Amino acid sequence: MLLRVEDLHKRYGKDEVLKGVSFSLEKGETKVIIGPSGTGKSTLLRCINRLTEPDRGKIWLEDVEITSPRVNIHRIRAQIGFVFQDFNLFTHLTALDNVRLGLMRVKGLSKQEATARAMQELARVGLADKAKAYPAELSGGQQQRVSIARALAMDPKLILFDEPTSALDPELIGEVLAVMEDLAKSGMTMLVVTHEMGFARTVADEIIFMEKGVIVEQGPPEQLFRNPKHPRTAEFLRRITDLYGGER
Amino acid sequence: MNLAFSWDWLPRLSQGLLLTLELTAISMALGAVFGVLLAVLRVYGRGPLYPLYLLASAYVHFFRGTPLLVQVMAIYYGLPTLGIRFTPFISGLLALTLNTAAYQAEYFRGAIQSVRAGQMQAALALGLTRLQAIRYVILPQALRLVIPPWSNELIYMVKGSAVVYLIGVLELMGQAKNIAARTFRHFEVYVVVAMFYLALILVFTLILRWVEKRTRIPGLGVPGRA
Repeated sequence: MLLRVEDLHKRYGKDEVLKGVSFSLEKGETKVIIGPSGTGKSTLLRCINRLTEPDRGKIWLEDVEITSPRVNIHRIRAQIGFVFQDFNLFTHLTALDNVRLGLMRVKGLSKQEATARAMQELARVGLADKAKAYPAELSGGQQQRVSIARALAMDPKLILFDEPTSALDPELIGEVLAVMEDLAKSGMTMLVVTHEMGFARTVADEIIFMEKGVIVEQGPPEQLFRNPKHPRTAEFLRRITDLYGGER
Repeated sequence: MNLAFSWDWLPRLSQGLLLTLELTAISMALGAVFGVLLAVLRVYGRGPLYPLYLLASAYVHFFRGTPLLVQVMAIYYGLPTLGIRFTPFISGLLALTLNTAAYQAEYFRGAIQSVRAGQMQAALALGLTRLQAIRYVILPQALRLVIPPWSNELIYMVKGSAVVYLIGVLELMGQAKNIAARTFRHFEVYVVVAMFYLALILVFTLILRWVEKRTRIPGLGVPGRA
């Protein structure tokens, strides 16, 4: 098992965002988390690399308990890629330098090694020709692909995607989803929060439906889309399909 | 009244100008280093660093809340009673540095806080430590944002450095005072000195404008802001 989350709780003031979430992820698996906004999906992802500290519960990455206070969280985060909704590329650095920063400062690669590795990842997301461009000179879709390259370059065991296409213009969503689909096929382990039902249906090994801080239902896409066990799942899927369309 | 400028003043005024330049440049540079440190502590000083946050905050409030002139006098006339004695130049430089550090700290704090929160998040998510994130991600952006307010502080300090003539430092104002006292040509002397200050500030303004242009991030209207 690559990732195991057990009974995760998180509260902001009076608002209990996560009310005991448990699930696991096998190596090479892609799981998609869906659910209404404000149900703790993003908080869950942020707890997994401890950008947000959970109040209670345990998380293991392989056999390391990363919620333990003794763990070196920086070393753990370097093994978990994170792709943000609004990209968060470093605005003062070129695409190449965005990808190189972690390689040089976290992994300790020489500039030459880091450059070679970064160019390889930029090529993988189809942006080798944009290496010298600054984020503000790139489209949203290009920025998100660079941010995926930045995560990939670190050789992560797992990549977390937090609504990676929600901030994009509709015509730019496809290029990002295509990169993600390739990644899933190449055997990368991925946990994706998204409203893209087409992607969820075709790429996910399993779908997790979350609502109000708990996992309501999880299972393979066919089962969830065809025979949801829980009425809330059916209701949500119907509404989201109306809104975003079922297939892409 | 004879409004002629006397070329005899030039060597002394040049010496004064040089000293003003030294006082300003050194205090601004040291104040920037100290100011960045204070600002970082004021923004990120939580948890075990909380005592340092309090110390930095107290420092900033104290030096912004008391007159520069009082600080100059306290250091030059006050410290010797504690057995600490500096030359007028060092006393003046110290007071200017401590003072501008407090002001610069506030400019740096504002700039750091206007770097978007996601930048720190992304840096941490890569595995950088907080200190590395500040060093490689936050400060490079904040330093670009700080240029306009910082140039105000520089202009203020060029002029503000004149107070140290009161403890006998013969910078531009001190030299002018001496020449005026000897020649009784107050008007001409001070007009000339005003021109010297103006020229100095013009040069600094042009340099900073160039720096701002050079460090502008391609594709962004306002440097550092998406």
